Amino acid sequence: MKFTLSWLKDHLETEASLDEIVETLTMIGLEVEDVDDRASFQPFTIAKVLTAGPHPDADKLRVLTVDKGDGQPIQVVCGAPNARAGLIGAFAGPGTYVPGIDVTLGVGNIRGVESFGMMCSERELELSDEHDGIIDLPEDAPVGTPFADYAGLNDPVIEIGITPNRPDALGVAGIAADLAAAGLGTVITPEIPELGGEGPCPVDVDLSADGAAEFCPAFGLRLVRNVKNGPSPKWMQQRLKAIGLRPISALVDITNYVTFDRGRPLHVFDADKVKGNLAIRRGTGNEEFLALDGKTYKPTSDHFVIADENGPESLAGIMGGEKSGCSLATTNVLVESALWDPLTVAKTGRELSIITDARYRFERGVDPAFNMPGLDYGSQLVIELCGGEPTLALCAGEIPQPDLTITYPVSEAERLTGVAVSSEESAEILSRLGFDVSGTGKELTVKVPGNRPDVHGKADLVEEIMRIRGINNIEPQPLPALGAVGSKILTTGQTRTRNSRRALAARGMSEAVCYSFIPRDHAIAFGGGDDALTLANPIASDMSDMRPSLLPSLLAAAKRNADRGLGDLAIFEVSHVYQGVEPEDQFRTASGIRRGTAKLESQGRSWVGNSTAVSWVDAKEDALAVLAACGMDPSNVQIEAGGPDWYHPGRSGTIKLGPKVVIGTFGEFHPMTLEMMDVTGPLCGFEINLQAIPAPRKKAKTSKGALNISALQPVKRDFAFVMDKSVEASKVLRAANGADKKLITDVAVFDLFEGASIGDDKKSLAIEVTLQPTDRSLTDEEIDAVSAKVVENVAKTVGGVLRG
Amino acid sequence: MSDIETLETSILAQVDAAGDEAALEQVRVSALGKKGSVSEQMKTLGKMSPEERQVMGPALNGLKNRIADAIASRREVVKRADVEARLAKEKVDVTLPVRPNPVEAGRIHPISQVMDEITAIFSDMGFTVAEGPDIETDYYNFTALNFPEGHPAREMHDTFFFNPDENGERRVLRTHTSPVQIRTMETQEPPIRIVIPGKTYRQDSDATHSAMFHQLEGLVVDKKANIANLKWTLQEFCKAFFEVDSIEMRFRPSFFPFTEPSLEVDLQCDRSGSEVKLGEGSDWMEILGSGMVHPNVLRAGGLDPDVYQGFAWGIGIDRIAMLKYGMPDLRPFFEADQRWINHYGFRPLDMPTLFGGLTG
Repeated sequence: MKFTLSWLKDHLETEASLDEIVETLTMIGLEVEDVDDRASFQPFTIAKVLTAGPHPDADKLRVLTVDKGDGQPIQVVCGAPNARAGLIGAFAGPGTYVPGIDVTLGVGNIRGVESFGMMCSERELELSDEHDGIIDLPEDAPVGTPFADYAGLNDPVIEIGITPNRPDALGVAGIAADLAAAGLGTVITPEIPELGGEGPCPVDVDLSADGAAEFCPAFGLRLVRNVKNGPSPKWMQQRLKAIGLRPISALVDITNYVTFDRGRPLHVFDADKVKGNLAIRRGTGNEEFLALDGKTYKPTSDHFVIADENGPESLAGIMGGEKSGCSLATTNVLVESALWDPLTVAKTGRELSIITDARYRFERGVDPAFNMPGLDYGSQLVIELCGGEPTLALCAGEIPQPDLTITYPVSEAERLTGVAVSSEESAEILSRLGFDVSGTGKELTVKVPGNRPDVHGKADLVEEIMRIRGINNIEPQPLPALGAVGSKILTTGQTRTRNSRRALAARGMSEAVCYSFIPRDHAIAFGGGDDALTLANPIASDMSDMRPSLLPSLLAAAKRNADRGLGDLAIFEVSHVYQGVEPEDQFRTASGIRRGTAKLESQGRSWVGNSTAVSWVDAKEDALAVLAACGMDPSNVQIEAGGPDWYHPGRSGTIKLGPKVVIGTFGEFHPMTLEMMDVTGPLCGFEINLQAIPAPRKKAKTSKGALNISALQPVKRDFAFVMDKSVEASKVLRAANGADKKLITDVAVFDLFEGASIGDDKKSLAIEVTLQPTDRSLTDEEIDAVSAKVVENVAKTVGGVLRG
Repeated sequence: MSDIETLETSILAQVDAAGDEAALEQVRVSALGKKGSVSEQMKTLGKMSPEERQVMGPALNGLKNRIADAIASRREVVKRADVEARLAKEKVDVTLPVRPNPVEAGRIHPISQVMDEITAIFSDMGFTVAEGPDIETDYYNFTALNFPEGHPAREMHDTFFFNPDENGERRVLRTHTSPVQIRTMETQEPPIRIVIPGKTYRQDSDATHSAMFHQLEGLVVDKKANIANLKWTLQEFCKAFFEVDSIEMRFRPSFFPFTEPSLEVDLQCDRSGSEVKLGEGSDWMEILGSGMVHPNVLRAGGLDPDVYQGFAWGIGIDRIAMLKYGMPDLRPFFEADQRWINHYGFRPLDMPTLFGGLTG
């Protein structure tokens, strides 16, 4: 909402400075977004062209002598076709910033002729798009005076952001009233005298159609005969231009002016183009309606139109029609002031994508009480500016009366803001704001005026009192402490998220935060693509689907980084993935990838030793590190060969807890997946569903118990077994461990050998078995017995033969 | 000079001349070995008369001990020289670079770091951390928060929608973290003190807006919490978060459907340079919206607004991260550019705490 200072002062008598007004507006909730004091126009002077001669070196240029009122004519080179001796226009001297061309002038030299400034076009001053010639003022324009004063460009323009709850501030009068309530002056908005008229309005309004009466509670209409339409007066044009509206003609400008002056949108029909009576009815879906924006719409039965016998003439509450619009030829005009259902106007505007000043106000709610005064005000302006004779006003329907009365306990302000406000002060502030207050003492009865549809209850009244009294009058008060020492505030899930992040970062990885939506083909490739998780209105086509996995985001990031020359990359993300739209379908997930040679210990080349390509081993280590960070012993999980489709089928694994619970996956990626993602390897990754990790059992006590260290030395024995390549190491370890579960405390693989010497389909696995005696040293016989059992178990379960 | 003295002089000279342990061993063997010169002399003792033996015995034993001592002390010297020579050969160039420490190389994203900072501050004020789903129903995102159906306030949020399900219900990506207010009130008895960090989504994208961003919601509900407490809480938070002793804040009336009265909060700043400077200058920067929880919202949460009351606020996590750490543009937050994260990220052991200082 924009307005000028002089416009405001039509409604508010005040001594306050512009700064004070601006500050107060913001502090009462009408946030000032911009103030243009228009000082930039001050250097432009009205000047007269004394002579205009040809340029010696250019046909299209003229060399002017210009009198800027100081009796010292100067030379200006000008290319405007209308530059001529005697023209009076706007002159800008060297040093002046010309907004329309974004240039600060200097002394120019144009094809060998010096130029000490320029005569400006309207476009150069950003007054309009006019650039066919320089500004050509009437002969009586005072040479030597500031152009801004003459053209009314010195009036500061204030722009405020209006929150949806303040339709009362969508007119300058309402803003003035709010400022006056805040103590910044007195409201001097002129009363609107009731305008009579001769005879009834000959055009009737029919509200009998389906839904019409609900959509249009009241419709005011008046005919003004024998008007003479033309340009609106300069003061009106200046105000409209200052707030960014284009003057069209007096009749049209009046409707815009009243819209901004009083927050009351009006419409004018050329009465001679209206056939028969007007009816409010639903659209039919097949009538074409040419609106004033030059576009054709087809209002459906969800939208209401004002129609005559020719069809729709106006999209009710939003925009008038071209057919019955006013032109300079209009002699009889119908002035409309009506009330429309806000929700229907909002829906219609949204569905047809039309944003107008009228829609903006109607969907927020206009004051019903001002419906007929608004009609009188508009009609009066028509008569003042265009002449003519009014008929009596017609009002179809009935003006709704505000009927909300709030019982307001005076203590409410203290309850909600911490500051007590007396009954008298509360009543006074509310009265100043136009509320009808009765009663005294602890409880007030407050009647809400029609221009405040946002006020529903006690809390709204507290806001009114608070904003007018000033929020700065509320002293901060400490929030009482709940206890001396706070207790744990994070859930297990939150702690896991935090710990996973820190654990992975401690492994040299960098945390990424990627968009939750990814391209559809990426989603499909990683097990997603469910239509229920596709956005109906994505911001871009490659941000359409909620991600089923964090991996595609990370792989896409790997590509972007690789394209920038960062081929070795280790990144991770801890965030949510989506398997459905319900809250329980959203899973807290940790995922990471490594590309190139970005291993834990090192990456790239080093004199110490070059890092090698990342592999499934790195991904598995990362995955298990996450489990450990989440408080789980990684030795408790089972690793199964293979994983989802996006992994290399022979170099990936699934981390499980029992036969059913899948905690995560890891591995190198399937070449087809990488091709689809347009990224090259070596690449490995993992993904852990943090929610699948069982919750830690609540410990009864914090004590870890006494440390029981054996005095007896552990015994280590090495074995190397030859077996089929397909045998899984985990089975060998389990078999060895099973030889004596009490004595054997650890089994580790210390070598893996594959080579022709032992057969192409064979491998050799070397393990180290640790025996921990408990009560006495083991004899050689006992050790040999356990060793034999190890060999036997491995042979029995996996067919491993002790290597010779 | 007697024979013994001659022998001794000769042997000691050999001891002194021995340059390494091997040479010294040779000297020892040639003197004290089975057939060594001293041992040979000792063997002659048996053939001597008792009188001779009485003289020569101690003399030869003395000789033997002195030579043994001399060899032992020479051995120390030679051994030290040996070690020193070996060590000298083992010298390396210790200025060669080492490989980076993964704990130093890894990075925590500024959003995660800031969330930890926020958690540290609010845990000190007795808040717990709540969460809710990103995909919300229209009810939780709008209706329960007092956005009436079709109200223009809904259009303030450029909402992402999913396609309607078989019942015609259309899920949304939450446009704010406020739905968690309702979810919390539905399940938790007051007093409630929660902060809700999380992802939020709006159809908007430029240098300071992103289609996905992060918000921190705060909610206090009890029987007393008021705007004076709200002002204090936010002031204390801003001071602690920005790590300043005082900060100029401006509270001004505004509108949010789910609070009444509603306040917007600005921080004093200077925008004249390329970077926004907080706490100086004559400009204001809007950083958060807040207010008293609207009676309709309390009702939606199952609470009686005449018994319970409280305040809530929402602040952009990305925004305050940008302000505190000087990122000029929001979009790179979500691009996973290694160069950006190296510059703006945090080391994994930089754990923000109040006792150690948020930024150490």
